[in-house]
Amino acid sequence: MDGLLGAPEPAHHHVAHGGRITRTQRHLLLPVLHAIQDRVGWVSRGALEYACRRLSIPPAEAYGVVSFYARFAHKPRGEVVVHVCDDIVCQLAGVDAPEGARRVPCLGLCDRAPAALTERFGPVYEAVQTAHPPFRYPGSKLLRRIGVVEPESIESYREHGGFAALKRALEMGPAAIIRAVTDAGLLGRGGAAFPTGRKWQSVADQPVRPHYLVCNADESEPGTFKDRVLLENDPFALVEGMAIAAFATGCEKGYVYVRDEYPLARQRVASAIKQAREHGYLDIDVEVRRGAGAYICGEETALFNSIEGKRGEPRNKPPFPVQVGLFGKPTLPNNVETLVNVLDIVNGEFGDTRLFCVSGHVLRPGVYEVAMGTPLRSLVELAGGLPPGRTMQAVLLGGAAGSFLTPDQIDVPLSFEGVRAIGATLGSGAVMVFDDTADMKQVLLRIARFFRDESCGQCVPCRVGTRRQEEILERMLASSNGDGRADVMLLSDIAQAMRDASICGLGQTAANAIASGLTQLKVLNG
Amino acid sequence: MAEVHLTIDARDVLAREGATILDACRRLQVDTPTLCQLDNLTPVNVCRVCVVELEGSRVLVPACSRRVEEGMKIQTDSPRVRHSRRLVLEMLASSVDMSLTSPEVQGWMRRYGAEPSRFGKVATVAKPVKIDNELYVRDYSRCILCYKCVEACGVDAQNTFAIGVAGRGFDAHISTEFDVGLPDSACVYCGNCIGVCPTGALMFKSEYDMRSAGTWDESRQTVTETVCPYCGVGCMLELHVQDNSIVKVTSPLDNTVTSGHLCVKGRFGFEFVQRRGPKS
Repeated sequence: MDGLLGAPEPAHHHVAHGGRITRTQRHLLLPVLHAIQDRVGWVSRGALEYACRRLSIPPAEAYGVVSFYARFAHKPRGEVVVHVCDDIVCQLAGVDAPEGARRVPCLGLCDRAPAALTERFGPVYEAVQTAHPPFRYPGSKLLRRIGVVEPESIESYREHGGFAALKRALEMGPAAIIRAVTDAGLLGRGGAAFPTGRKWQSVADQPVRPHYLVCNADESEPGTFKDRVLLENDPFALVEGMAIAAFATGCEKGYVYVRDEYPLARQRVASAIKQAREHGYLDIDVEVRRGAGAYICGEETALFNSIEGKRGEPRNKPPFPVQVGLFGKPTLPNNVETLVNVLDIVNGEFGDTRLFCVSGHVLRPGVYEVAMGTPLRSLVELAGGLPPGRTMQAVLLGGAAGSFLTPDQIDVPLSFEGVRAIGATLGSGAVMVFDDTADMKQVLLRIARFFRDESCGQCVPCRVGTRRQEEILERMLASSNGDGRADVMLLSDIAQAMRDASICGLGQTAANAIASGLTQLKVLNG
Repeated sequence: MAEVHLTIDARDVLAREGATILDACRRLQVDTPTLCQLDNLTPVNVCRVCVVELEGSRVLVPACSRRVEEGMKIQTDSPRVRHSRRLVLEMLASSVDMSLTSPEVQGWMRRYGAEPSRFGKVATVAKPVKIDNELYVRDYSRCILCYKCVEACGVDAQNTFAIGVAGRGFDAHISTEFDVGLPDSACVYCGNCIGVCPTGALMFKSEYDMRSAGTWDESRQTVTETVCPYCGVGCMLELHVQDNSIVKVTSPLDNTVTSGHLCVKGRFGFEFVQRRGPKS
């Protein structure tokens, strides 16, 4: 801990400065908790109290933070912990959890399912992902350097056209960059599809300083792994995108918030940032922050709270992040894929392609880059189609917060308007394919359990609603009498209240997949 | 100060800039249910029972914290609003013992037709009562997680930070660090958390004991206003007296000296008046 924070401030110094220096470090709580846990495997009361003294945080509040994040343990455990994914796609591939393993939600390795993550605590902390080897990812634009460029070498990145966009951006100037992003019509790729240019303009216009740039790499939507593939294989592209974004919107400090389940991605981005700084390509300080096992931290305001060292509870909007964001300052939160798109826009090569994460019952699961509007059928064919002799039962589009499509909807064009017309959403680009052997009841129950586990618990509709949804679904799917009308009604009542009255997008979408599953799939008996 | 025009249920209303929709509703005497809101605390907008429909907004908005804007068109009794309010009350009552909430809350349950039993047999937050000190008890089976006690213990009143929200989702709960008892925590027994608790989850030990013994009877109680005899601040006290014994001490929320908050002496230091306890 002292390695991270430096030696404790001498008492006379602390008094002379009114404890101000200690208090400004409050945001380091998560890095400090990780440092403790990486070394000894859990967070003891003594360690937490020392951390609280160093950071001037009340112990009750810090305990609230430790107990919020799934990855922190506040009870002793062994020096090796195995996390086995038992989420939708890994469940299809067959989960084989050794004794003592923790079952966890999606590890973002769905293209290589079944997946696990092993942590070894001690003087040298190690986190290793285990899964099948990946397929090569074909793609003409966003993916063109994947598997071609050396992810840890800035020279290799430069040889493959790296930093050309940044050079051009510096010539264009902030206003022209923002205009180009706006004119390209780029929509955010994290799931909410907000116009990127408009967001950039709003941040650039804010008179309050400093401005913060936050790259949201907390990709935790089940079935989504595109950002991991970009981070692991082409990290310099993200760094270049961030350099351009910071220049265009006047951001003075940047963060990359990477989910804890992506150790390799985290290491590669950190190395890319360091090299880019050394070579003068990045003139702002960018810090890599590590999540701690909370899907909700992908919600931008929960992510800010997490960086600030608090529980990942979303904030009420308005005010919006562009006005009042991280540390209460104007903030530009962008997804990894969104920022990587900026390179092509600045280079005048933008093709409005989109990354889709195809997983489940297809022969070649992976990330595929296709033009907006490509029919779902072509995407599934690109991924090798279904195993021989199988027929399609359903597709879950957009992850756990998305909705189910049936085989007769397979020709839907994959564009925002195209899927909206059939009441679906592209979300984060997750496409999970289920053939006739899949047990859709189990899939629905897993989704319900996912939301019950991942609700932050702050607002009533989501805290109680996700719990009730799971309970009622369980009893409906177990029942054999076929008369589930009262329960269907109850679920729809809960869904409406969650959609209308929850604070954030998690609660507002937590009923989508289940509602669409119950109407689209034949899961009810009788 | 600048004023903002808006309409609530098709009635025009003027509100001061910076006011909340709830303030504007109160000005029109539109009764709006609230659970986590209290005038002397910062709004946390977590209970979502005060939601209203705002024209142009995809989702309902919390009246307690959304600031008024020029030209807002608000409905407080639309089918969507009634539905969400009903569901919030039902979901809470299906997981929490709400029997000691105010008659107002019971009235809202009736008004919105809340039937908590329709969920069937479902999980609750029931857990054993925590009695670890002589002054107050904590019965988290009654806790709706409105965050008020955390706020009162923190920057909104006491700045003691003895309790926080721990865990997450349905398992989120109010806790001291590592769930230690109050005597081992930072608690200073000001009792301001009891003062703001809307459900009886936090209660004077005297009240808890009398309720357990079946002797608690509010119809036999009188409330006497006085000023705290201890220091020179002059906090106003309301002494709740039953059978010539002080059974509880509160302070009015709108009192300019206390804003409803007291310290351990004013809240609990009344034994010398009545010499209860072991006789010498």
